[in-house]
Amino acid sequence: MIEIKNVSKWYGEFQVLTDCTATINKGEVVVVCGPSGSGKSTLIKTVNALEPFQKGDIVVDGISLTDPKTDLNKLRSRIGMVFQNFELFPHMSIEKNLAIAQMKVLKRSKDEAYAKGKKLLERVGLGAHAHKFPGQMSGGQQQRVAIARALAMDPIAMLFDEPTSALDPEMVNEVLDVMVELANEGMTMMCVTHEMGFARKVANRIIFMDAGKIVEDCTKQDFFEQPENRTERAKQFLSKILAH
Amino acid sequence: MNFDYSVLFTHEAMSMLAKGLWFTLQLTVLALIGGMVIGTPLAMMRLSSNRWLSAFAKLYVDFFRGLPLVQVLLVFYLMMPLVLQWVTGAQYPKPLGALLAGVITYAIFEAAYYSEIMRAGIQSVSRGQQNASYALGMSYGQTMAQVVLPQALRNMLPVLLTQTIILFQDITLVYAVGWKDFLGAGSTLAGINNRPTEFYVFVALVYFLICFALSTYVKRLQKRIAIIR
Repeated sequence: MIEIKNVSKWYGEFQVLTDCTATINKGEVVVVCGPSGSGKSTLIKTVNALEPFQKGDIVVDGISLTDPKTDLNKLRSRIGMVFQNFELFPHMSIEKNLAIAQMKVLKRSKDEAYAKGKKLLERVGLGAHAHKFPGQMSGGQQQRVAIARALAMDPIAMLFDEPTSALDPEMVNEVLDVMVELANEGMTMMCVTHEMGFARKVANRIIFMDAGKIVEDCTKQDFFEQPENRTERAKQFLSKILAH
Repeated sequence: MNFDYSVLFTHEAMSMLAKGLWFTLQLTVLALIGGMVIGTPLAMMRLSSNRWLSAFAKLYVDFFRGLPLVQVLLVFYLMMPLVLQWVTGAQYPKPLGALLAGVITYAIFEAAYYSEIMRAGIQSVSRGQQNASYALGMSYGQTMAQVVLPQALRNMLPVLLTQTIILFQDITLVYAVGWKDFLGAGSTLAGINNRPTEFYVFVALVYFLICFALSTYVKRLQKRIAIIR
């Protein structure tokens, strides 16, 4: 479904991604973890071309991002993305947030778009909040709306860029619950997250990054249960985050 | 000194003042619209990653901000008929009506200022908002129209209106090319009636009231359309 092939990226002289290669198959849940500044967020943003890269290629559902004939807008409309800071549109009501891209990009009618939005809002447990504005909701609620907004486009895969990092601890679980549910339904997901509980529960594979390189790409079982077979850097990381 | 304010309320004076005020208001509103229509794309060009577009927008802004408005008015006033003659291939220079010529001049001039305001407005909307819009498959145009510009306008509304109040006052500069705006009408009447104090006080009062009402309205509007955060 998503093939990342030898991707390298530079900001001027500074190399942020070095020869990254990974494949995410249909229905798979892949968790990307690693220390801050390791390039996780940059890598996930290259997948829907929000971040350009200078070398390599990414192929999503058979479509190459580097092919000049590729309609990037159309491709992006088929991949859902959830951001660390929610990024709901603050000047629109929740129902309009859910409907706007359906109407503008997929050319759905207003009635159809709002109905679909309503259904998804109920699914994330926020059916009563359709008329509110983002600023009137808690962070956890906003992030659930953001997930619903992405799902409204009927995506073939979902990208999560640290979806719980900006949340109060109490609100983390309500968002993770929605993500677990999605994973169990068979959604293809790539998640940058530090939530190792989530990774243990639903991930098929773990990608561990450090200094712009993919250091580990292995199954969840290998990653958590056979730490002795991991690289030094991954061991170090694991021992720190799993200490408690 | 005796003041006789009854000279203001003759039919002749009132109709002339009303005509002048109507010209000023029309010119303000049309120049505001024109200035925004030219200024917004200029701001987008200025922020574009395309070097040429950005350089052109910068040149435009620097050029018009570096010239006095009166001079721009005079040059446009003298040149527009000649340009029109050249474009249409007419035998004689074609004069435009005062209003049309005024709108073109002020819109082109004010666009330089509005574009800088819009640029700050666009930059006040976080990059993440644009990314979220792109991630939903929206194009650059849709992202601008639906996500960035509505927020930029809200953020910039006080500054935009302040600039428009300045524009409203700057319309008085049309005296240089002899068009009759509100102040021009007052000035003419002051001469005819030999009553300068009465007419200038009246004109000043009307200018003040309009500007004051406008800025009060902006404060209210700002509260009403403020983004809930």
